[in-house]
Amino acid sequence: MDKNYLETIRNSKPAQFGILIFIFLILYFLIPQSENNYLWRLPSVLKGIPLAINNVIFNALYEWFPLKVWDPVFEMYEEKAAFREFTKAVSQGLLFLITVVRELLLGGDKIIDVFVSDSWLKENDWLSWPALPWTATTVGAFLLGYQLNGIRLGLLGGIGALYISVFGNYVPSIQTLSFVLITTPICFVLGLSFGIWGYLDKKVETALQPVLNVMQTMPQFAYLVPIIALFGLGDHAGSIATIIIATPPMIRNTILGLKRISPEVVEAGLMSGCTKPQLLFKVLIPAARRDILNGVNTVIMQCLAMVVIASFVGAKGLGLNLKIALNSLKIGKAAEAGLCIVIIAVILDRFTKAWADKQKDYFENLTFFQRYKLLIIFAISVVIFSIIAFISGGYFDKINYLYVIPIEKGLTIAHYIDGAVDWVWETFFYSLNSFNKFLLTQVLGPMKHAYLGMPVIATFTLAMGAAYIVGNARTALIVGGMLLFIALSEYWDRALITMYMGSFAVIMASLNGIILGSIFGRTERGGRILLSFCDFFETFPSFVYLIPVIFLFNITDTSVLIAAIVYATVPATRYTVWGLKSVPLSLHEAGTMSGVSAFQRWTNIEIPIAFPTVMLGVNQTVVFSLQMVILGALIGTEDLGQIIFGALSRTKDGAGVALTLGIFVSLIAICVDVIVRNWAEERKKALGLA
Amino acid sequence: MSPTISCDSVYKIFGANANKLLADSNGSVDAKQFQEAGCIVGVNNASFDVEKGEMLVVMGLSGSGKSTLLRCISRLTDATAGKILVDGEDICLMNNKQLVELRREKMGMVFQNFALLPHKTVIENIAFPLQVKGVGTENSMYKALEMVELVGLKGRENYFPRELSGGQQQRVGIARSLAVEPDIWFLDEPFSALDPLIRKEMQDEFLRLQGVLNKTIMFVTHDFDEALRLADRIAIMKDGIIEQLDTPGNIVLNPATDYVKKFTEDVPREKVLKIESIMDPKDTNASDNFKVSKDDIIESVAEKILNSKEIIKVIDPKDSSEVGSINPSKVIKVLFGG
Repeated sequence: MDKNYLETIRNSKPAQFGILIFIFLILYFLIPQSENNYLWRLPSVLKGIPLAINNVIFNALYEWFPLKVWDPVFEMYEEKAAFREFTKAVSQGLLFLITVVRELLLGGDKIIDVFVSDSWLKENDWLSWPALPWTATTVGAFLLGYQLNGIRLGLLGGIGALYISVFGNYVPSIQTLSFVLITTPICFVLGLSFGIWGYLDKKVETALQPVLNVMQTMPQFAYLVPIIALFGLGDHAGSIATIIIATPPMIRNTILGLKRISPEVVEAGLMSGCTKPQLLFKVLIPAARRDILNGVNTVIMQCLAMVVIASFVGAKGLGLNLKIALNSLKIGKAAEAGLCIVIIAVILDRFTKAWADKQKDYFENLTFFQRYKLLIIFAISVVIFSIIAFISGGYFDKINYLYVIPIEKGLTIAHYIDGAVDWVWETFFYSLNSFNKFLLTQVLGPMKHAYLGMPVIATFTLAMGAAYIVGNARTALIVGGMLLFIALSEYWDRALITMYMGSFAVIMASLNGIILGSIFGRTERGGRILLSFCDFFETFPSFVYLIPVIFLFNITDTSVLIAAIVYATVPATRYTVWGLKSVPLSLHEAGTMSGVSAFQRWTNIEIPIAFPTVMLGVNQTVVFSLQMVILGALIGTEDLGQIIFGALSRTKDGAGVALTLGIFVSLIAICVDVIVRNWAEERKKALGLA
Repeated sequence: MSPTISCDSVYKIFGANANKLLADSNGSVDAKQFQEAGCIVGVNNASFDVEKGEMLVVMGLSGSGKSTLLRCISRLTDATAGKILVDGEDICLMNNKQLVELRREKMGMVFQNFALLPHKTVIENIAFPLQVKGVGTENSMYKALEMVELVGLKGRENYFPRELSGGQQQRVGIARSLAVEPDIWFLDEPFSALDPLIRKEMQDEFLRLQGVLNKTIMFVTHDFDEALRLADRIAIMKDGIIEQLDTPGNIVLNPATDYVKKFTEDVPREKVLKIESIMDPKDTNASDNFKVSKDDIIESVAEKILNSKEIIKVIDPKDSSEVGSINPSKVIKVLFGG
């Protein structure tokens, strides 16, 4: 062959990809499908890993580092593992905190019980903290919003709280809120501390990165079983699961914010004579304030996204109600609970954002009363509404509606929703069903089959080859190593199904996002509107997406995939808009003066320049899709997620299985991330944008 | 009296084994050799003094090491070798506590991109050095207000930095650096990020302030005209080496190296040179119509001298004593060459 020709191929990525796919196809069709052929499937030599993890957990809980602990019931010393005592203390501490907040708002006697004897409490019925009437809470929500950003935010808070109360969701909402109010500060403190540590010490940051990657890409279900094993069931377990998910973005935001501070500002702090603590607390943290508060916002959103999942390990509140409604296919009830979660999410989101943007005016010359006017109004309204509620207690015979409207007695539109759903179901049954059938038999079925028919050597060739082309030998080895770990387990076929669902969702969501973003993102106004839509959809906790699709498409792969596609379209759209925005005006002008048509502008100017940014969006899409695919196990699919989900009921060896499979899903996501990120970086360099 | 700042063979070399390389080189550092060994030379054997009340302008293009030198003297970076004395004390030997003390009492610094704290208002930014020092809120605010007036920002105390123009932001930066009334004032390209017109205005403002305050100043710039305009003495740096350190007039008249010459070639001399540099000895024929000071820049008095068409007396502005004379033909020579 001509030498020049070879040289061209060496330098042309499309040609390299072409050759790679050619090799892949040859391998695909030539390797015989036989269990004894290692090129077809690798032996599951790593079968023992789940068990090993279980043994570690068991030994940590019952064997290692025994301590002598005084047992007050049997009045004797007992041998207990130190780790067990530690997890117990953590659980009890968390549970206590959550209960305190919950009782402060909803009333009760559990906290008082801690300080007085049981018998005395039983004899004195009056000894109970009074509940905060929902009327006072509504006023409080209004005043807080008003204080943060004026009348509009006040109305959002007030009307949101009013809706929740009148529709009978006050108690579960407050339970969920108390969960968020305890979990968020813990994530904040942990995230800020680790973030600062990572900022100050390069080594710590390098060590943190892979850990954070795994934590963020691992499906939430995977944590649940180990958490049950270690901490037991209850609100605290839900809180711990949430902390694991929500802390990494806080750490990342903190590091990002601190790194973004210009070195001159740090120097200015030093030259002003700051000591090290002064520099940290008076210069660094305040200067990174916006990024840090954005981190807090993300944490709160993650907490709310976790409420349903947390209910699997015993967290009370809206999530539990939603789960129960969903299990019995009560779409209306589920939608109402889901709406409450969305309302709380939107309110907290806007409140924290307003708080992040609020600047203190030190030169206000206010009297005590002026300064604390709203707080005083709130205190007064609490007293007044409590008195009214207390007095009118004699008027209602069983339920005091002025304290709490219970869920059975609240207004509801559930039956209207159910009615509407029934109508849609009856009207569109045939078209929906035939669409569903078509998709399942003509697209998804064959696709799944094709994935499962892929010899392991072909998969490796494709993944490692792609990694090599966009990166280097090292990238290929990283990707190969991670996949090998999965291939040597007994779950390779399940992983292939996960990959099939994931890749379908990723491709569709990316296409949607790029098309949507390209159509609307070309004008300033369109882009802004589209981004605010993205903001809105992003406040929806992930499982909310499942409610409508289950109903429309039953429990099939279609439902899960559509939910995944819709959910993952959001980041793809967002990054496409950002990417298009990043195209410099001068390039647009140069294009216009060269006489490009709208389509030529898109293909020749906008897409190439926006490409690296769009790829980062695709990266996010992968994480979002995989999360939803795994979440789909909630309603029944047959990929890795289903086994993870199943492990919830296998407490004996469930922890090991769930963790292992969770890591597998995380590895799949990280593999794609490595390839896509390298590709984006390389394009960036080629365009001179790095 | 000892100089306020005194540098003796200061080196700053970036890189992992900088110390070893420097020890091996016996003080004669070759930037290229060091680069091959993976080190970058920031400052190469800098030795000079800055007297009390003097303004030394360090001038060089980007990458010449001028900012690095300034950061060594403020110890924002540690010099690799050499002695840096501030009021006779070697700051390289100071521990963190002494350093904080030194900065709180003696040093102020202005930054190229202003480096204002984004979360603090104008007045809080200015009061910041006082507050970290432990001055109470009332006193620090009172002092900061004084500074606001000094830099002409009255009425904008409660603005945030983002609400101010570049020139105004730098005024805040200047006020902040002066709040603790430091003896030594570091300015790192303070006007480089500003528009040309604003830059001129800020230079005037700066000269006015210095006329009132009389600090010991190290001023870093990449703008040769700015250096000529402001400096008592100029240090010209290239690749970490100080190529020439002298008064503006001497640098323009006698550039020490070809590199310096490139800067001075196009400089209109009448704008830089003082009468002193072209005056003749005392002349009894000199006219009594008017006198010029030996410190006057030629351009500023050229028209008067040429109009008079006579030999004119030159005096020392300090005691008004006659120190020489100036012939219009000399002025014509400077103005039109030949």
